[in-house]
Amino acid sequence: MLYSYLIQRFLLMFLTLLGMSIIIFVLLRLVPGNIVDIMFDSAGFVDPDEKKTIEKELGLDLPIYEQYYHWIVGLISFDLGFSYVSEMPAVDEIGPRIPITAKLAALSLFFSILFGLPLGVISAVKQNTALDYALRVVSLSGLSLPSFWLALLILMACVSYTGAIPIYTETPETLWDELLLYLLPSAAVGFRASALIMRLTRSSMLEVMRQDYIRTAMSKGASDNAINYKHALRNAVLPVTTIVGIEAAFLIGGLIITETVFNIPGVAHFLVEAILMRDYPIVQSLVMFIAIIVVVINFLTDLAYAALDPRIKYSD
Amino acid sequence: MSSIENSEEVGRNKTKNRSKWYRIKRLCQTYPLGAIGSFIVFLVVFAAVFADFVAPYDPTTTSAKMSLSPPGSDMLFGGDMMGRDVLSRIIHGARISLAVGIGSTLLGGVIGTIIGLMCGYWMGLFDLLIQRIIDMMQALPLLVMALVMAASLGPSLENTIIAISIPLVPQVARVIRSNVLSLRELPFVEAARAVGMSDLRIVFRHILPNTLAPLIVLGTAQLGSAILTEASLSFLGLGVPEPYPSWGRMLSESAAEYVRVAPWLVIFPGIAISAAVFGANLMGDAVRDFLDPRNQG
Repeated sequence: MLYSYLIQRFLLMFLTLLGMSIIIFVLLRLVPGNIVDIMFDSAGFVDPDEKKTIEKELGLDLPIYEQYYHWIVGLISFDLGFSYVSEMPAVDEIGPRIPITAKLAALSLFFSILFGLPLGVISAVKQNTALDYALRVVSLSGLSLPSFWLALLILMACVSYTGAIPIYTETPETLWDELLLYLLPSAAVGFRASALIMRLTRSSMLEVMRQDYIRTAMSKGASDNAINYKHALRNAVLPVTTIVGIEAAFLIGGLIITETVFNIPGVAHFLVEAILMRDYPIVQSLVMFIAIIVVVINFLTDLAYAALDPRIKYSD
Repeated sequence: MSSIENSEEVGRNKTKNRSKWYRIKRLCQTYPLGAIGSFIVFLVVFAAVFADFVAPYDPTTTSAKMSLSPPGSDMLFGGDMMGRDVLSRIIHGARISLAVGIGSTLLGGVIGTIIGLMCGYWMGLFDLLIQRIIDMMQALPLLVMALVMAASLGPSLENTIIAISIPLVPQVARVIRSNVLSLRELPFVEAARAVGMSDLRIVFRHILPNTLAPLIVLGTAQLGSAILTEASLSFLGLGVPEPYPSWGRMLSESAAEYVRVAPWLVIFPGIAISAAVFGANLMGDAVRDFLDPRNQG
């Protein structure tokens, strides 16, 4: 049972990724015109022969399905082609940036849980009180503040208090320096993402607190705290874990902006640069990379959920 | 007989007039946050519609003298680096935000509804295929997808609307599909089929009207994120191009360079974006509570 479920889910994940690679590939070619056109447009002269040579070098003269085939074969063998702009292998460009973004993302996730979970519980326990309303407004404002604005405000606050702009200028030397540098950006991303967790925790808590076994516990004379934290919270947290996948997608969106504002040389910042330069190989591979991460995280969450909740069976 | 009916009619009209305001008052009391949100959205709509009359200056007129002038009696929110009035640019920026926000929500809603209706009513292979594609689209973050689309479509108002609307489609299609799946088994649909109505007529006359409530709930919820995405795209330089004043671009123009010397360039456009999105979100929450009592909380 377990194995067939695993295999089924794994195959589905693989198919999803294959489909996504097609979608990404097509999305990037919606409009005629490629990097060579842009290079020539900005250079202001057009020599058709030269243009052809460059297109050939970059493989843009091949039929579209062959271009796709080369990309996929490359992806599987970790050969992502060359960046049009820097002329470095895309792998060498992306590789060193992954740890930076991974650390930022982990720290942001930490912050989002740190803010989101307790506030969601409090909001549910104190439902419809002034505190609940205030917390709901805070969480909604978390969803409403643009992350770039939040980041800019943090920058401004730092400037006025310390006189220095805490943006990334050189590679930090010690772990402590690194942590300090990442603390503010990840708090900004985490605050926004915490709103999602908080809202879900709140509604999940409220849902659980309406159930019979809570009433049983109440009638047995259990204290409020015991009911809220021993009986309700345990069951309420479970659905919250399922949104880790959505959360991952949400975090990536936040990181794109925040890395740009704080000038952190991570994957997300690089994606924006590559998009602005129309650097196809990089954009294509980076978006695919993001897709793989989100899909794998979703896969793992599904498994974790099935393992955590005995009510879920492995068959459909 | 007729006189009695008339007097009843008159009486009903009277209470109707009073009860209209009474009901609005009651609604505001039941959903105080929703009322605040609706008021904010109303302000934004008002600013967008009457921008030409409300704005104290022309948003594109530059003036060397007023360059980076701090907020004061001349320019309430200060001037930007080219001496343009920030307040006027914010008021005119409401147009872009709303045009893109409402435009992409509507476009995404229409496409999503059509796909959802087709999937839910026909089911089968078509449905399976579309559902898989929707799964795939949902695995990409909204902003990443909008970025890629905006980049490949090129910067213009229409393209920005399209770039934001497509990532909104999957959610709408999902919700509509699941609604249709339950609706299509209900007796009134069966009855319509029994009298020989065409599929098209059943779907549009009988099923679609019953999916309106969830559609409105979803639409108001998506409005906020659409406005936010437009601001983010413009901030990154991929949104609506000049000369339209866009809130997101106002921030990117001023970003790190002017943080030290002209904080008002950062503060006011940011407040505008946050307030608009916040209002839309508050309104969306209230609409959800109002139309879908099961989801309360």
